[in-house]
Amino acid sequence: MTDDTSLNLFQQQEANRRRTVILVIGFVLFFAWLGFGGDFIYYLATADAGPETYHHTFPWFGLVMTAIGAGIARYGFATGPNKVLWSTGAREVVDPATDKERQLVNVVEEMAIAAGIPRPRIWIVPDPDPNAFATGLDQGHSHIAVTQGLLDLCSRDELQAVIAHELGHVKNLDVRLMTTLAALVGAVALMHDGMGRLMQGGLRVGGSGGGGGGSRGGKKGGLGQLAIILLVLWVITWILAPLISQFLAMAVSRKREYLADAMGAQFTRNPMALATALQKIESADAPTSSIKRGAAHLCIADPLGRRVNLHEGGLANLFATHPPMAARIARLKGMAYQRLKAEGQFPAT
Amino acid sequence: MGGTVILLIILAAVVLYGVSAYNGLINLKNQTLNAFKQIDVQLKRRHDLIPNLVNAVKGAMDFERQTLEAVIQARNQAVAAGANAAPGAMKQMATAENQLTAALSRFNVVVEQYPQLKATANVGQLQEELTSTENRISFSRQAYNDTATQYNTRQQQFPTNLFAGIAKASPAELWEITDEGERAVPQVDLSMKPKA
Repeated sequence: MTDDTSLNLFQQQEANRRRTVILVIGFVLFFAWLGFGGDFIYYLATADAGPETYHHTFPWFGLVMTAIGAGIARYGFATGPNKVLWSTGAREVVDPATDKERQLVNVVEEMAIAAGIPRPRIWIVPDPDPNAFATGLDQGHSHIAVTQGLLDLCSRDELQAVIAHELGHVKNLDVRLMTTLAALVGAVALMHDGMGRLMQGGLRVGGSGGGGGGSRGGKKGGLGQLAIILLVLWVITWILAPLISQFLAMAVSRKREYLADAMGAQFTRNPMALATALQKIESADAPTSSIKRGAAHLCIADPLGRRVNLHEGGLANLFATHPPMAARIARLKGMAYQRLKAEGQFPAT
Repeated sequence: MGGTVILLIILAAVVLYGVSAYNGLINLKNQTLNAFKQIDVQLKRRHDLIPNLVNAVKGAMDFERQTLEAVIQARNQAVAAGANAAPGAMKQMATAENQLTAALSRFNVVVEQYPQLKATANVGQLQEELTSTENRISFSRQAYNDTATQYNTRQQQFPTNLFAGIAKASPAELWEITDEGERAVPQVDLSMKPKA
């Protein structure tokens, strides 16, 4: 188990770098489709009109939307970690004030040594529910955040196991992909809300010009079949955009949790500590209210406490951001058993 | 003509592979050295911490002078052994450090017997620092052993082993726990919380 993770580390990092690039390109292409698609529909709608009226021949929307998409992607990538931390209301631990905070700083340093990466910056989220997440773009600039609840609830060993899990995400560059995803998902949701309002307003008032004017003008004029199909597709994309990005976030994070669990166990050589920590996190059933939907896939346990995460297969494969806790704990216990067996000592019970 | 081209292509492939194998070995070698330096850093931290800890408890534990002196002595020996730190001199260092670990665990057993001493904020903090330092040492040791094992394996695997000589790669010594007593009790629990 541990050999696999250390051997595959390089491939994991490469895959995560590549996926981040694909994600960003896909994001920009999505915006380009929204823009140029709109242009094309508008062009078809105005092509048959009389010579005096406006002909949409230059793809303004497309160019503007692509530029906006690239801008958002660039901005989201650069400020992703800060945005994620800001959205949870975390505060940085610079000067540890209490014994627990000092312990946290020490534990993070220890695990950074075990993982062989520079020490991440440490944040505390003021929330009584135990949870933790890591964010950042590379190993040198990473952040690790735990909730106050986790600090209060976990023993030193358990805290160490949770931090090791998070550093596993940092080390194989999961954080880069997941943080970028969080920033882009947030941007899409925001864009969707904003544009939806704009379009509704445009249709109701019936004003001319802009994106709203484009689709409205098309309905009135002699619109070809192709244009109608395109229009439907285009509108559907708009409606589905947030859903698609949510699915992406989910699909991307489930497998990673198992891998990070294994890496955490490799760093601490103590899988049972992570198993008991997960049990504690699981039994504290209150949702982590300071962590919103946008950053849910970054956390060690689903902060929203959705029931869909309890199962595997079927619907859960579509909707869940985290594998079922029972399955994770079972795997960790399996690792612990393997270790004991390898050392030639069996548990007394 | 076609034969020479094929031969040249094969030759180029071999050279390219050789270069990447060589670079991989050098990379691992430096990582191993770096990991060793990390142990050294953490050992220094431990050596610096011990006098503080002993001073903090000295007044209250005057009658446990023997234990304290054993710790100080083991610490001084470890400092002396670590003075010429190099992967070659690892046996010596490991022995001295293991003795220090043993002395420290005896010391901790003694401290456990004085709850009022543990309750002192300063001692509590120092104990947390000691726990952390002990963990850092064992984790840096673990990271070193992992890297060194990877390095050693790479050297021995075919066909990388053909380039091991060119890269001046030689098997790195692992940091092993020699003391049987320590193997049985790998870690002293110093957490301030009561055991669950």
